[in-house]
Amino acid sequence: MHKECRHKILSEHFGIFAKPNQVIVALAGNPNVGKSTVFNALTGLRQHTGNWPGKTVDNAQGSFSIKDKNFLLIDLPGTYSLFAHTIEEEIARDFICFGQPDVTLIVLDATSLERNLNLALQIMEVTSNIVVCINLIDEARKKKIIIDFPALEAELGVPVVATAARLGIGLKELKNVIYKLASGEIKPTPYRVSYSEEIEQAISQLLPHIDNLDVEKLFAPRWLALRLLDGDENFLKKISLHMDMYYSQRHTWEVELAL
Amino acid sequence: MSNKNIDNDRIVSHLYKNAETIAQRVVINDPGKVSYSDKIDNIITSKIFGYPIMLGLLALIFWITIEGANTPSALLSTIFFSFQDILTDWFTAINAPVWLHGVLVLGLYRTVVWVISVMLPPMAIFFPLFTILEDLGYLPRVAFNLDSLFRKAQACGKQSLTMCMGFGCNAAGVVSCRIIDSPREKLIAVLTNNFVPCNGRFPTLIVIGTIFGAGMLAQGYRSFAVAGIITLLILVGVGTTFVVSWLLSKTFLKGETSSLILELPPYRAPKIGSIIYRSIIDRTLFVLRRAIFVAAPAGIVTWILANYYVGDSSILAHTANFLQPFAKIFGLDGYILMAFILGLPANEIVLPILLMSYLSTGFMIEVESLLDLGNILIANGWTWLTAINVMLFSILHWPCGTTLLTILKETGSKKWTLLAFLIPTLTAFTVCFIVTQFVYFLGLS
Repeated sequence: MHKECRHKILSEHFGIFAKPNQVIVALAGNPNVGKSTVFNALTGLRQHTGNWPGKTVDNAQGSFSIKDKNFLLIDLPGTYSLFAHTIEEEIARDFICFGQPDVTLIVLDATSLERNLNLALQIMEVTSNIVVCINLIDEARKKKIIIDFPALEAELGVPVVATAARLGIGLKELKNVIYKLASGEIKPTPYRVSYSEEIEQAISQLLPHIDNLDVEKLFAPRWLALRLLDGDENFLKKISLHMDMYYSQRHTWEVELAL
Repeated sequence: MSNKNIDNDRIVSHLYKNAETIAQRVVINDPGKVSYSDKIDNIITSKIFGYPIMLGLLALIFWITIEGANTPSALLSTIFFSFQDILTDWFTAINAPVWLHGVLVLGLYRTVVWVISVMLPPMAIFFPLFTILEDLGYLPRVAFNLDSLFRKAQACGKQSLTMCMGFGCNAAGVVSCRIIDSPREKLIAVLTNNFVPCNGRFPTLIVIGTIFGAGMLAQGYRSFAVAGIITLLILVGVGTTFVVSWLLSKTFLKGETSSLILELPPYRAPKIGSIIYRSIIDRTLFVLRRAIFVAAPAGIVTWILANYYVGDSSILAHTANFLQPFAKIFGLDGYILMAFILGLPANEIVLPILLMSYLSTGFMIEVESLLDLGNILIANGWTWLTAINVMLFSILHWPCGTTLLTILKETGSKKWTLLAFLIPTLTAFTVCFIVTQFVYFLGLS
């Protein structure tokens, strides 16, 4: 039931037709971090380009196999955050939040880690099946930037792979980690963004109501609480519609009322 | 739900703080340009120094422009006007009819020459200076600094970038509004772009500011005073932009404010070659060419209007007399209002038309210096109040024809284009009315 519904959403809303056993991998990252290079390096010539349904934004999908598994990689538009205000960002956000990818691969620019981490932290609130790929390490080396990768992995609680996709460095390891995550060998426990006491209190007040909705399969409760707090009404409506698709019940607006 | 935007901001700022903490823990060594850029940014985009630096730079640019443009402007006009005498001699030599000499020399030639000698030097200084700031990477910082103000007006921070473009040309500014993603905020930016004085209006401001601001200080400090006046006027324009943006988002264009993510590029040393090319070829000559194309026919039309008599006075004088009582309420006179109306095709020609109208009424003086100009204006009843009103009107009044056409093209709607005409028009009349009546009330003028 759950799988069927995801299949329907993927094909109807995102124009993605995955084979039954294909593992769906979303590829996210800021603009200009070499995301496309990673995409090309992973999929080679097995790709297919078009538009997102009803939008004039390019969409690229490609497949690759590791051992016994076949993966479908979806290249999302480059975005700085999940607080969408352009069509590109909206597509990326919606796919990450509603497309339920099995794995989300986040590409970060090693030369400006701080700025890039914002997106990673936001995605880590949505899902825990994440692989972080620190790309452009060759550029970083040129600029004499040194990153402690084991420490970063420990901080983030998700697998971190250093790559220089242009030079083919680190891709084998990247594939390896994606496979391990997809087969359940790795179970990430993502870093949890700590907010001010006030916001944390508001979150804990909302959580019981959200638990009543029984939507953990679709959304991380903490993430949902935060969205209710930041109050982007259009996005909340989308979330509500999405819940309806799965549960065919109209109880979702109760959360709104609970506020 | 009323505090949702604050909550969104707070959530975002915590995310950033978390990212910063993690980055600091895992990035062991981050030397080089990044931190250097960051250090400058800490000052330039700081709450304390951000605005003063911005204002200071603006005033400095104006000061350099005014100071530098004086001499070449005078030189150009001397050359051009002595050539006018030669032209007149030729016309007399071939026994050309008086009207032909009038249309071609006194109308066309004089207006075109005036536009060139007054506009070219300031543009050739202002545009390169502005391009240097652009090349340095300062403009995105301006957008960053102003974002909080624009947010209070419920508009987009990128609007300040479109305003920067507007300094060059409002039509270009309107086109640049495409960078704003939200349709609502884009419309606000389009409708208010005109409140930034474009290059066609700068000469008017500089000339009038120089004539009437000059009396305030001794010779040596004159250009400081003028730079100050013009900076103040820009602030009036920017302030109006905020107020009108806010009003629009409370009335015609209600909606949410979107957050702004700006990638501040690293500071770069400007490339001299590309600065000269972009500022001189792309901007200065482009704007000048446009001005000349509009000024030439306008010069002819104005001369004819000023010299074609119906009854005992010219058509020009009739119209001006007709407008006089109305204009008086706003501290202007009939000729000024008519010059602004005739200047609809391009703002560059407002002052030339005005001078020609005044000159055709009997004062046939060769305009060789700003002092002569000042005398003409004073002889026609100008006071400091008139000067202030003309400058305010110039900044706030309706957009030029090109800008209106561009707005029509960009919005695809006659309704918004009409509004883009009405909003500044009403603003200009209202502001001039209040200033004038206030001054009359206090009995200052």
